[in-house]
Amino acid sequence: MNIKQSKEIWAFLALSLILLFNLIFTQGFFSIEIRDGRFYGSLIDILNRAAPIILTATGMTLVIATGGIDLSVGSLMAISGAIAAVMISNGDFPTIFLFVVPIILTALLGVWNGLLIGFRGIQPFIATLILMVSGRGIAQLLTGGQILIFEHQGFELLGRSYFLGFPVAVSVALLMALAINLFVRKTAIGLFIESIGGNSTASRYVGINDKMIKVSAYVVTAICAAIAGLIMTGNIRGADSSHIGLGMELDAILSVAIGGTVLEGGRFHIGGTILGALVIQSLTTTILTLGVPVEITQIMKALVVVLVSFLQSENVKEIFSQYFNPRKKALLTPIEKQIDDSTKEVLNV
Amino acid sequence: MCATPLLIMKNISKSFPGVKALEGVDFTLQSGEIHCLMGENGAGKSTLIKLLTGVYRISEGEMLLSGKPIHPRSPLDAQNMSISTVYQEVNLLPNQSVAENICIGRVPRKFGLLDRKSMIRKAKEILEWMNIDIDVTQPVSNYSLAIQQMVSIARALDIKSKILILDEPTSSLDTEEVEQLFKLMRKLKDEGMGIIFITHFLDQVYEISEKITVLRNGKLVGEYTTENLPRLKLISKMIGKEFTSEHVKKEFRNTDSNPVLINMEKGSVANKIEEYDIKIRKGEVYGLAGLLGSGRTELARSLFGLDRLTTGELWINDEPHKGIRPIEAIRNGMGFCPEDRKEEAIIPDLSISENLVLALQSRKGVFNKIKESEIKEIVNHYIDALSIKATGPEQKISTLSGGNQQKVILARWLAVNPSLLILDEPTRGIDIGAKSEVMQMIKVLSKKEISILFISSELEEVTAVSDRIAILKDRRIIGEQKGNSVTERNILNKIAEVPTL
Repeated sequence: MNIKQSKEIWAFLALSLILLFNLIFTQGFFSIEIRDGRFYGSLIDILNRAAPIILTATGMTLVIATGGIDLSVGSLMAISGAIAAVMISNGDFPTIFLFVVPIILTALLGVWNGLLIGFRGIQPFIATLILMVSGRGIAQLLTGGQILIFEHQGFELLGRSYFLGFPVAVSVALLMALAINLFVRKTAIGLFIESIGGNSTASRYVGINDKMIKVSAYVVTAICAAIAGLIMTGNIRGADSSHIGLGMELDAILSVAIGGTVLEGGRFHIGGTILGALVIQSLTTTILTLGVPVEITQIMKALVVVLVSFLQSENVKEIFSQYFNPRKKALLTPIEKQIDDSTKEVLNV
Repeated sequence: MCATPLLIMKNISKSFPGVKALEGVDFTLQSGEIHCLMGENGAGKSTLIKLLTGVYRISEGEMLLSGKPIHPRSPLDAQNMSISTVYQEVNLLPNQSVAENICIGRVPRKFGLLDRKSMIRKAKEILEWMNIDIDVTQPVSNYSLAIQQMVSIARALDIKSKILILDEPTSSLDTEEVEQLFKLMRKLKDEGMGIIFITHFLDQVYEISEKITVLRNGKLVGEYTTENLPRLKLISKMIGKEFTSEHVKKEFRNTDSNPVLINMEKGSVANKIEEYDIKIRKGEVYGLAGLLGSGRTELARSLFGLDRLTTGELWINDEPHKGIRPIEAIRNGMGFCPEDRKEEAIIPDLSISENLVLALQSRKGVFNKIKESEIKEIVNHYIDALSIKATGPEQKISTLSGGNQQKVILARWLAVNPSLLILDEPTRGIDIGAKSEVMQMIKVLSKKEISILFISSELEEVTAVSDRIAILKDRRIIGEQKGNSVTERNILNKIAEVPTL
C-alpha cells in the first residue's frame, strides 16, 4: 500500500511515539512476565483496557462514515451491563442467556436511534443525545440506583478470564472488529455506507436505501456497545450504572478520528480505528504510570484531538501543499475559491 | 421624458480569477418601470445583480444611482442605498412572527428595549398598504409560500427602497399567487419604484414588464421595449441564434411502430410539473425541449421516482408501477444521469471504480456483492470503451476533469444495461471534444435498442439526436413533434406561441 496515501499512518505514528516515549522514560514498560500461565505487564494492561474502546469505536466508525454520530454508546454499555447483573441476581438463567438477552435488548435501542435518524430525519447528535442522557437513567433504574455486585463464573469469563495467557476480552474485541470489517467489505454495505456519507443525494439517485443502511449502522454500534458493557461488568463483577462507559462516546469518536476516518463521513478505516483506540488507551496508561493526576489525561486527550483535526483539515492540507508547491496558483480564501469554482462551472471553463 | 434614470450601470465588467463573467454590460433602469433581465444559464444575470447588491465588487465600469456614483460594499450597504433584493428562496426566519421578520435588523426600541407594540403596528401598516390581511403575530411558517414571498417583499420595502430586485420570485408560486404578486408589483411601480425582475417564465415577462435587457455569455445583447420584441426574437437573442437557415437534419427514423416501453398517463407532481402524458418507445431517442425552468428535469425526475407523483399512472412494458421509487425504476431497467454532476452524481471521495459500479451494485442488492474480478473487468471495459482518461480505476473521481467524470457517470448507468437511459444535460460543463463523444454515444446506444430520454438546453443537440420530442413550457408539455418536424424553428415557434385561453 502507498504509505503517503495511507490514512492509518497518523495513528501508527502516534502509537509509535507514545511507545517510544515509554521506552525511554518509563522503566519496565515493555517487560512482560508470566504468572500463573498469564502474561502480565503494561502492554497487556493496555490491550485489556482498550478492548471496550476498540469495540465501541468499531461501531462508531460505521456510524460516522454514514455522516452521523452516536453519543449514546456509553449509556448503552451501562444498560447492557445492568440487564446482565439483574438477570444474574434475580434468577438462574443459562449462561448464554446472560450474553444474548442484554445484546438483543441493547440492539433494539440501536434500532430506536436508527429510526429517529434514518426515518424521522432527526439530527444524529440530538437523536442519540436522548439515549445518552436517559439511557444512564434506565440503567440506574434497573440496578435500583446501586452498584449491583454478583459472582457468576460463566459470565465473568468474558471480562476476567485469560485464553492462552491473553485476556479473553481483547480477543473478543479484535475478533468482533475483524468480523464487522469482513462483513461490511464482503457485502456491499461498506460501499453503500461510504457512498451515503460521501454524497447522500447521489446515493439516493442510484437507488441506495440510505434509511436502512443508517439503521443497521446504529444497530451494529449498539451491539458493540452492549458487548463492551458486558466485558466491563464482568471485569468488576458488578453493574456500576453511573460509571460504566462514562465518557466512552468521546473515546470512541476520538479513536475513529485518529484512525483516519473523517468525521464528515465517507471513507472509513476500521483498522485505523483499532490503532486509534490503542493510541488513546496507551496515552491514558502512560500518564497514569507517570503518576500524573487523572484529570490531566483529559487535557492530553483534548490536545490529541486538536492535533488530529488540525492535520486532517482540508485547509491545512491546502496550505501545506501550497507551501511545498509554490508554483500552484496564489492562495485563495475559501469564499474566493468557491466563487472561482462556481463561475468556472457556470461558464463551462 | 428625460429625467435622470434611477439607475445606470455603465460598461460593467467583472472578472473572477481566470474567467470573465461580465464584459462591458450596460443596464439602465427608470423609476416606475418593471425591467426584465433575461438570459440562459451562465449569461451573467446573477453576477450583475450581485454587483448591484454589493455581494461582488465591479472590476471595471461605474454605477450611478439617481446620477450619483455608488460603490455598494455589502448587501447591507446596498440596502442602505435603497436597493432591496428578494431572492428566489425565501430568506425568512420560519419560527419568528411575521412582524419580527419584517422588522428584523431595525426593530423599534423604547428605553433600549424592544417595542413590540410599535413593531406590530409598523408591520401591519406595510402589509395593509400591500393589501395583505394576515395576523402579523403568527409565525411565518404558518403561511403559504406566496404570503412568505410577500413578507420578504414587505421586509425589503420597509427601508423605503427605490429599487426592488426580484430574483425568480415566481418559480414556486401557483397561478393565483403569481397574480397576487403582480398586483403588488404594479402598485409599487405606480409609486415610482424601479423593479428589476428575473424570471424564466416568458408569459410573465410579457404580462408585466415594459423593458427587457438580454444578456448572453457575460455580454450585453441589447435592451428592448417589451412590446416591440416578439417572443421568437427574444428567445433567439437569449440562446444566440438567428434562424435564417435550417440545419441539415439527420436521417429520419420512424419509431411509431416500436412497442411502448414507458407510458405515463396524467402524471404530475405538485408545484413541479403539471399533468402530462408521455409514451417512450423502445429504441427511440425522446428529446425534451424547453427553456430553463420549463419543467424538463422535473418530468424526468417524476418518471424515475425521485419525486412522488401527485397524480398519474406509470406503465413500464405494459405493467403498472404505482408510487415508483428510484430502486424500482432501476430494477425495471431505467437509468438516470442527473443534471448537476457534482451534487447529484459523483461520490467525490470514492474511486472511479467504486463510482462506476454503484448503480449496478445497488440493483443487485447489498448481499450480492459483485466479485472483484468482475468489477475490474467492467471498469476496464468502460474506461476503454468511453476512453476515460485516468491514471487507473483507483483514481479518485473528484480529481478527473468534468468530461471524464461525466463519462464515469454514463458508464455507471450503462453497466446496469438499461432499457431507458435518462440523460439530463449530459453535455453541460464538459469540453467540446467530450461533448461530441457523448452525442456520438447516444446515437450508438439508440441503435442498440436502448431508449433514451434526452434533455438539453442546447436545442441544436436535442434536434440532432431526437426521433421525437416533447416541448415544455411553464412546467407543462405544450406540444410533441416527431421525425422531420423535429427542428429548432418548430420548437421555438411553439415556445413563443402566445397561450390561448
